[in-house]
Amino acid sequence: MAIADIRQRPGVVLGAAILLHVVLISAQVNTAAGIPLLQVVTFGGFAELQRGTMVAINGVRGMWSGYIALQQVQEENTALKQELQTLQIRLQQERAEAQRTDNLRQLLELRERANLDTVAAEVIAGAANPDFKTVTIDKGSSEDLATDMAVISPAGVVGRLILPSRRASQVQLLIDRNAAAGALIERTRVQGVVMGGGDGTLKMQYVPGTADVKTGDLVVTSGIDGIYPKGFVIGTVERADRGVGAYHEIVVRPAVDFTRLEEVLIVKTPPPSREVLEEQK
Amino acid sequence: MRGAAALAAILIAIAAQTTLASVLVRDSTAIDLVLIVVVYVAIKSGPVTGLMAGTVAGLIQDALSSGVLGIGGLAKTIVGFLSGVLGTQFIVSAPFPRFVLLILATGLHAVIFMGLYTLLNLRQFPPFYPAIVGQALGNAFVGVIAFQIIEWFPGFVDRRRAGRFLKR
Repeated sequence: MAIADIRQRPGVVLGAAILLHVVLISAQVNTAAGIPLLQVVTFGGFAELQRGTMVAINGVRGMWSGYIALQQVQEENTALKQELQTLQIRLQQERAEAQRTDNLRQLLELRERANLDTVAAEVIAGAANPDFKTVTIDKGSSEDLATDMAVISPAGVVGRLILPSRRASQVQLLIDRNAAAGALIERTRVQGVVMGGGDGTLKMQYVPGTADVKTGDLVVTSGIDGIYPKGFVIGTVERADRGVGAYHEIVVRPAVDFTRLEEVLIVKTPPPSREVLEEQK
Repeated sequence: MRGAAALAAILIAIAAQTTLASVLVRDSTAIDLVLIVVVYVAIKSGPVTGLMAGTVAGLIQDALSSGVLGIGGLAKTIVGFLSGVLGTQFIVSAPFPRFVLLILATGLHAVIFMGLYTLLNLRQFPPFYPAIVGQALGNAFVGVIAFQIIEWFPGFVDRRRAGRFLKR
């Protein structure tokens, strides 16, 4: 009876719904710190549904590729791919190591960082909203993952962990509008900040207009943001224009193909810059 | 019963949206399957069910995104309500009116969603018009085809059954 009455008054229902949303938004906008509990609970619950969907899809896919297709070739291919990914990660670590051999202090820092404590995870879902560039991975706080841990792949930097639940986590991709990372041009060591463009590209900002930047220059993480370890590949300079202000306008093509992410590594070792910040606190 | 079906459709749309994200989201064109479902529920069930579907779908999407909880919910609530109103005031059973309705719904959703984020200084968006036009055309195209398939399928099954019965 009551439900029938409500249905006769759609304007009242609309008003109530709008009020509910406005209160909800206001509460969050005013509270700067912390993650809303509802968000964590909903995300944790839905992550299980996403996991189930992915398990079903992987089951069908695995049945097809593992049994109907040639089983041995498939297994060998998977092993080779894993080996290749491991070697690519090691190559990046070697590259980062080689860049800092001229400085003893930096070398000492790197030796600590060379043995990064990482956890491998599988991407189980993309963004629920097309305006956000996020993915869901199948590892969470049960694996000691926490917010602001860096996420990398064999090709380069992927993003950072923003919402861990017990068995899944949400990762903000570097191409998201709200994502940023401390970066430097590998050739000239000029520093700046790489920010997501929201359209699949990256922009490197705060690089002085007098700095030497060329198309094709490699952009790597600088490690000063307290999230990403130093020396990991972000992308290459696609376009570098002398901006109207004091800074260059640089467009960076990401090294990672974010549309084909399958497996990633979460770096559990915090960069030294974060440890310094925490000690200062 | 209808509410349960709408909820199931929303959950399936969100699951599809997240698992098929790499197919549905390109650089400038991003299809929002959840919005399409909300519009369909609204034109089939009226403004109140439409706004409830919009509220539920939007809040789930917000919770699964890294944004503010409620902004997507508010946008989809209003879109669901107005789509339901238009569905009761006009005949929107043919593909062309539905195409137009989906374009309007996507445009309104984008204006509320992006507008609130920009107004609250929480997020920057690329130039509005190209992104909105791309998304509106994508949603309208996919939506109209999906609506036709959904409505064609039960009739098709019935006709097949009747055909088999007559052959006997």
